[in-house]
Amino acid sequence: MDKKEKKIPRRKFLIRGALSTVGVLAVGTYIFKNPIRRGIATAINTTDAPYLGDTSTPVIWFEITENNTIILYSPKVEMGQGTFTGLAQMTADELEVSMEQIQVVHAPSASGNIDEFATGGSTSISSLWMPLRELAATMREMIKNEAASKLGMAPVQLTIKNGVLSGGGKTMTYAEAVKDITDWNVPETPNLKDTKTYKYIGKPLARVDLKEKVFGSPIFGMDASLPNMLYGAVVRPSNIGAKYITANTSKAAGMPGVIKIIKEPDFVGVVATSRMEAEHAKNAIEVTWEIDRNWQTADIESLIAVGNGKPFVIQKEGDAKGILSDEEALITAEYKSPIGAHAQLEPNGAVAHVTADKATIILSTQVVKLTRDEIAERLNFEKNQVHIIPTFLGGGFGRRLHTPNAIQAAVMSKAVGKPVKCFFNRKEEFQNDTFRPPTHHVLKAKLNPDGLIEALEHNVSSGDVAFGSPMVPSIAAPILGADLGAWRGGMIQYESIPNFRTISWRQKLPFATSWWRSLGLLANTFAIESFMDELAIAAKKDPVAFRLAQIQDDDRGYRLKEVIKAAAHKAGYTNDVKNGRAMGFAASTDTNTPCAQVVEVSIKDNTIKVHKVTCAMDPGIIVNPDQVRAQCEGAIIMGMSASMFEKMEVEDGMLTPTIYGPYQMALMRNAPKEIDVVLLQNADTPGAVGEPPLGPIGAAIANAIFRLTGQRLRTMPLQLS
Amino acid sequence: MQNDGIPYASIFCILFQKKLSQQLKFNKNVIIMNISFFINGEQKSVTITDENTPLLWVVRDILNLKGTKFGCGKAACGACTLHVDGEAVRSCLYPVKFAEGKQIITIEGLGDAKNPHPVQQAWVEEIVPQCGYCQPGFMMATAALLAKIPNPTDEDIDQNIVNVCRCGTYYRMRKAIHRAAELATTSSENS
Repeated sequence: MDKKEKKIPRRKFLIRGALSTVGVLAVGTYIFKNPIRRGIATAINTTDAPYLGDTSTPVIWFEITENNTIILYSPKVEMGQGTFTGLAQMTADELEVSMEQIQVVHAPSASGNIDEFATGGSTSISSLWMPLRELAATMREMIKNEAASKLGMAPVQLTIKNGVLSGGGKTMTYAEAVKDITDWNVPETPNLKDTKTYKYIGKPLARVDLKEKVFGSPIFGMDASLPNMLYGAVVRPSNIGAKYITANTSKAAGMPGVIKIIKEPDFVGVVATSRMEAEHAKNAIEVTWEIDRNWQTADIESLIAVGNGKPFVIQKEGDAKGILSDEEALITAEYKSPIGAHAQLEPNGAVAHVTADKATIILSTQVVKLTRDEIAERLNFEKNQVHIIPTFLGGGFGRRLHTPNAIQAAVMSKAVGKPVKCFFNRKEEFQNDTFRPPTHHVLKAKLNPDGLIEALEHNVSSGDVAFGSPMVPSIAAPILGADLGAWRGGMIQYESIPNFRTISWRQKLPFATSWWRSLGLLANTFAIESFMDELAIAAKKDPVAFRLAQIQDDDRGYRLKEVIKAAAHKAGYTNDVKNGRAMGFAASTDTNTPCAQVVEVSIKDNTIKVHKVTCAMDPGIIVNPDQVRAQCEGAIIMGMSASMFEKMEVEDGMLTPTIYGPYQMALMRNAPKEIDVVLLQNADTPGAVGEPPLGPIGAAIANAIFRLTGQRLRTMPLQLS
Repeated sequence: MQNDGIPYASIFCILFQKKLSQQLKFNKNVIIMNISFFINGEQKSVTITDENTPLLWVVRDILNLKGTKFGCGKAACGACTLHVDGEAVRSCLYPVKFAEGKQIITIEGLGDAKNPHPVQQAWVEEIVPQCGYCQPGFMMATAALLAKIPNPTDEDIDQNIVNVCRCGTYYRMRKAIHRAAELATTSSENS
């Protein structure tokens, strides 16, 4: 693996001591070059994403308190993916403290340690793998040097255990060592420890936020409150493309608890003394919307079709176009996926307190910096006058990669001069989601006389996923052309096929579409891996052997083959139907993490039942195997939910349904009773974890259904006829 | 496949909610009233202008117990589940006036880190939560289930635990529910 071995430049590591009465702040910056200019498409698809730190200073990473606790200010937010735990493990090993001594908190924007882009794309651990360990190791050496000088010893005479230095019969805690130090000596970045010697990295330790989450601590954005806080509600549109024109608020103004009606050029809202009063008053506001068109599901489906919009060839090898233009012996199939809602349990919202010269915003967001910048712009504040305090997220999944609703809370707070809490209700959340776009796929292939693929082509039509999102600045659009989110997982991973190409057809939809955990991976893998199964059957070959035979002999190919073999072996994959159960196989490679899954299904009362999923994944170095397993289990169930149940429709201009239940999702009774996860580590850095295991599940289920019934399901959600 | 979602009790609450909005139309004069109940063993009296305010908001915003979550406001997801006189109730549609004189238990009262309820202990052992937002509702629903069926079968779990978890922690939850049943049986044998 090519990985930056570049160390933190000494001049970038600034230390400021005794900034706080409770302890000491260590301040460092760690900045990589922006990868956009190096070609983001290559970067995202072939290398692990780098960490892009904020360029402002100071940037606070660690704080050591007097009781020898290390506070780690995380630039990445915790939305369930287990990042805080992994970061604590990485810190503990290099800083030589125990896990119990580390407290991980979300870096508020004032600390400066906020991510340039976002928390997303399964990059949190991989991007901080080098920087965080180097910072921790450097800080360890600095503390050791100060302790040595205080104790009148040489640093080499000191050993460290659990944040306590000892030597020559003397001991000193980290807190004692750093106390009152204002002028630090910054050493060259020390060598990192051999990964084999790590005590914490690689161990299946419990999540660091486990107790808070089991005993009901108020850790989420919606749990935030401030003294004298009022409650806001904003009228949100139900119709696609609805533009706010004006509002009649006379009825709402006189309702119980109403403090103030807020009329802005772009929205109308109300501030009241309680949530329910604000909701009732909001419902009494009569808004005039400008609505251009009453969209229907059929309109959207006609937009999302291969052949519509702009095509971009994103992968090309040999002459697939020429070979596949010969109609003879061509195998083709079309697949579709629907609009998907994020449906995260905690709605969007914020607590804002805006005074004459300062805005404090507490919220669940994946984009601290963007939210800060947008609020500063709206309030006409400098960026440093806006203080964003991120909280734990009640689900992210890409839904919080843009949180402009915080602006409305801030505007309302400014208007009433008090803190205001304003959250979406569930209907608003469903209707104003940034949806997973629907897709349409056309696949074509030709087999050679040996029953292997001579040429293969994947055409995908999708609404935008990454364009306009903070993960991919609009500057990248002209470079990329095609939406890299839409084709994530859309590239053909069987590179020993002599002729293949992938074409992405970009289509803009009239409603917001964006990142939904794994982006295009779920739909693209569903199409490609279902088609691979169809081709294997046409070639009269075992689907596992058929795949293995067409994977190239390089590093990526080796890792993919290993997960395929591991999953098939562990599950005991067979094409035979036994006791009314059939197996299905599929594999995907997402951001350098290959994953293969085998499902075991049966059908009862015309309903698909998934009994068991075997998942083999190779994310490279694994910081916490239990959390990687948890991500596999969760991604499998979320992927099943999307593949088997979920679908948003467009009726008379409105996205529907607007509530759980009618928006069908996997429940306890649908979850497989057995999930067997096999983890491989055939790479020497950590790679993506949270999204890759969402890839194969849809295709694996469809492939199993074919073996069981002979029905080839090519449309998600998968429904038996 | 159908996931009909909304449980029986909530339908009653939805009907009630309609009645509430009718009342509001005519209710110009604000009436202030006191409602008393026990919450996590402690007697509380709240002053409220609208007796139909869902119990959820009273618990969260007046009593400042934030462990009970808002998910949908229609009793469809179960994030707001708490216990009223031992029954699992989706509090987002439960008018506070019905709580008068009753025993309410929230996740904060179920147990704490020093004295965890068997369900919480099992949740810790199985490392169930991911984002964690829906988990209190699931634990409250599970605790109520175990009070009725101390050793639930998988089918009992499928039929009774119908909350929504978006992170997909169902696999570990099922293991934790069985584990909680074991822990509860062991502790009652010892006591």
